[in-house]
Amino acid sequence: MTSIRRVVVTGLGAITPLGNTAPAYWEGLRAGTSGAATITRFDPSKFKTRFACEVKDYNPDTYFDRKEGRKMDLFTQFAVIASDEAIADSGLLESGVDKDRVGVIWGSGIGGLKSLQEECFQFERGDGTPRYSPFFIPRMIADSSSGNISIKNGFRGPNFVTTSACASSNDAIIAAFNNIRLGLADAVVTGGSEAAITESGVGGFNALKAMSERNDDPASASRPYDKDRDGFVLGEGSGALVLEEYEHAKARGAKIYCELIGGGMSSDAYHITAPDPSGEGVVLVMKNALRDAGIQPEEVDYINTHGTSTPLGDGAEIKAIEKVFGAHAEKLNISSTKSMTGHLLGGAGGIEAVACILAMQHGMVPPTINLHTPDPEINQALNFTPNVAQERDVRVAMSNTFGFGGHNTSVIFRKL
Amino acid sequence: MSEIAEKVKAIIIDKLGVEASEVTPEASFTNDLGADSLDTVELIMEFEKEFNVSIPDDQAENIGTVGQAISYLEEHAK
Repeated sequence: MTSIRRVVVTGLGAITPLGNTAPAYWEGLRAGTSGAATITRFDPSKFKTRFACEVKDYNPDTYFDRKEGRKMDLFTQFAVIASDEAIADSGLLESGVDKDRVGVIWGSGIGGLKSLQEECFQFERGDGTPRYSPFFIPRMIADSSSGNISIKNGFRGPNFVTTSACASSNDAIIAAFNNIRLGLADAVVTGGSEAAITESGVGGFNALKAMSERNDDPASASRPYDKDRDGFVLGEGSGALVLEEYEHAKARGAKIYCELIGGGMSSDAYHITAPDPSGEGVVLVMKNALRDAGIQPEEVDYINTHGTSTPLGDGAEIKAIEKVFGAHAEKLNISSTKSMTGHLLGGAGGIEAVACILAMQHGMVPPTINLHTPDPEINQALNFTPNVAQERDVRVAMSNTFGFGGHNTSVIFRKL
Repeated sequence: MSEIAEKVKAIIIDKLGVEASEVTPEASFTNDLGADSLDTVELIMEFEKEFNVSIPDDQAENIGTVGQAISYLEEHAK
């Protein structure tokens, strides 16, 4: 093993319910816009929840030739689009990088749900003769995302997908971080994507009673820390980062956004879907991330929380933040950008890392929108960046994501 | 051109994303029309569906060009 190396971010990409590029996404975040609206991808009229945060104005033909596009599930299309933007932003290909030393480590909580659903529907409608498409399995499997990104770019380094529900992207980012600092790769394309706004996705999460049913006002449905929150709003899309070894990036004169200084992982070991109300696993993950980063809690400026707008989860995370950060908790900017983007599940950590890094770059913390009636059970002395973005020189940002299964992840970025 | 030949050409154009002018009788799916092994499987499945036939694997292996597909289907289509 070579010595521990430093890792920086040199490229960003995003396709989200707020905008279909990283700059467009940032404009949406800064303005405090909601990406929620009535579902258009299928007829939701019989569903308990009839709205979601869909990617808008999306036409795969804009990005892919027809033959290429139809071999990819939507979650893979999003993965390729966001990673293309991040790779172009990094200038990695033009620099003549050694592609044997570039990996792709991607996150997806579910994989090709629509592809699975469609093929099964089709079989059930038939006479029992199997007529599965040869592209069914490669479209469905979660790792088709990282596979397609590597094929398109010729990246022959480490390549896999992490699956830990809504923590998947952060786990991918941490795995990418580790691969680079251990010397197993010089650059890794990472992040995550999800496209679960399908009949089975919405019906399944409705059955778990996890999603908001505020059908009369979708734009205000995702309201983390508000007393009247009633569940998360499903989102879709992708966020991508190019992570690169610091000396490698410097040597090629790359634009460096910031350094990735720490990653933490833990498990609740409590319940398959419910968060542990004691918040112990969440305390542990933030402590693990801070220890890995080698910084004190007081150095953190901004936390992009998991904050999905569920009655139980939001409060538990905030209590954990108070435990870990003590008096400094009130000096932090805290926001849940899921109030705007909805919850991208396995893609959440990807777009939220992009949000943290752009917050640093612009000196501006994106808000928690729809926070109008603060929940008295949640310490409102904390600054949730309510409704309007706040200027702040963000030097250190932490991004939390937690997943069904009890997976907790936290990553920390710092300005160079 | 027979109705079957027209339909075969249309399927190939649709599935392989190629121009009509490329779909000549001699054109090989893999060598000329950019198909990989999965594309070829999908083509055979589309032929089966469109023409309501079942093409056994050992016969499918002999269908490598546009012309071979048309002849096979003209002979076997119901």
